[in-house]
Amino acid sequence: MNRPERGLFYKLVERARRRSAWLFHLNTGSCNGCDIELVSCLTPRYDVEQVGIRLEGSPRHADVLCVSGPVTRNTRAALETVYGQMPDPKAVVAIGSCPASCNVFDGSPVIEGPLDRIVPVDIYIPGCPPRPHLIIEGIAEAIELLAQGRLAVGGVR
Amino acid sequence: MNAIQALIASLVFPGLLYAVPMGWLMLGTERKLRARFQGRLGPPITQPFWDFVKLLAKWPAPRVRADIDLLAGLPLLAVGSAIGVLALLPVSAGESGFAGDLILLVGLLEIPALCLILAGYASRSIYGEVGATREAVVSIAANVPMLGALIAMATAAGSLHLSIIATQTPWMVRVPALATILLCVPVKLRINPVSLANAEQELLSGPLAEFDGRLLALWELAHALEWVALTGFVITLTVPFRSGVPMLNGLLFVLASFALVPLLTLLASATARLKLAQTTRLLWRWASASAALALLVSMVMRQGGR
Repeated sequence: MNRPERGLFYKLVERARRRSAWLFHLNTGSCNGCDIELVSCLTPRYDVEQVGIRLEGSPRHADVLCVSGPVTRNTRAALETVYGQMPDPKAVVAIGSCPASCNVFDGSPVIEGPLDRIVPVDIYIPGCPPRPHLIIEGIAEAIELLAQGRLAVGGVR
Repeated sequence: MNAIQALIASLVFPGLLYAVPMGWLMLGTERKLRARFQGRLGPPITQPFWDFVKLLAKWPAPRVRADIDLLAGLPLLAVGSAIGVLALLPVSAGESGFAGDLILLVGLLEIPALCLILAGYASRSIYGEVGATREAVVSIAANVPMLGALIAMATAAGSLHLSIIATQTPWMVRVPALATILLCVPVKLRINPVSLANAEQELLSGPLAEFDGRLLALWELAHALEWVALTGFVITLTVPFRSGVPMLNGLLFVLASFALVPLLTLLASATARLKLAQTTRLLWRWASASAALALLVSMVMRQGGR
């Protein structure tokens, strides 16, 4: 679908990807702070469903993988499985400081992160935890990359 | 029903050309209204269409050939049988042949649910299997009372044709039968409070957990068509009014089936999900009781008529 010519069908698909992004949320050892902030994006106050964003239960249905937490040794295999189960095209969003830099857990022997050592990451959302506004902004950015086909490609590293 | 009429019924109205946009409109309205009931703005009404296009444009996951045949065949069969139901509904023209035959319609209406159960097992995912088991248990619990109510209506009307049942069933049978059918409709659409087969967080959407991209798009389409087919079936079965003009009948059918959507949405957003035991108890106790009442009244009336 990522052909360079911009026919009518291409434009339709691009528009559909922009308007209907389904998220899969994976906690790879997060303290639950970022998870709460992500879930609050779905509440009436922020209501991301306005732009078609939906939190899906199965990675097979998802377009955007939202990872929170430094990747611990126990969750690495789950992360790799889930990343492999998601159909292409897919975007990966690192929510919070942990997946970006391991945060305060840096140097721990049980941490395998940061996230981009294991899977390619498209968007980093900084913060400990980031505010819902910022999460929405980051996901919107990821959706834009997804629609335009400018994703960080490659399999599990 | 000649060939041209059959083609028009299955491809134009009330078939494919009407049912697909109508199904998306129904699902979109359901999502929008549910969001409004929860104090949110909600997605635009065209959302199911965009979801469908996006899912079609995903790359398929690598699978074994046999799996692809099975997993693609089931949603196609579900879509086809929903279209079949719609084509056979006695809405505007062609009230001959199989059109409006109760037995055929009930059989076709069951196929999407059956496909979903098989798909859950065929996906070989533990979530799919649990979802399929729940769907099977619940659909047996819903089907027995529903069939009882339909048999009662057909017995009382003395016919198996949908239009005749709709217009000639006496009210003493119609009211309990209608109560049963209304209890069973949310079960067949898998919406709250009886959405336990496709619980999106605890079961990862149940039977559809392993479906991605195009196959999931087909399932979404089948679900949309199920909405149109089931509401259409209930409307043609229960609205005791037929105008002489086919166009007017068609309009009545469209408006009345669409009017069911806000009611079902209200039910879905006002209730929480029931457990399996609670769902089956509700159906076996209350739906079966009203179906039994309808059956009893229709038998008594039939004996009295002789």
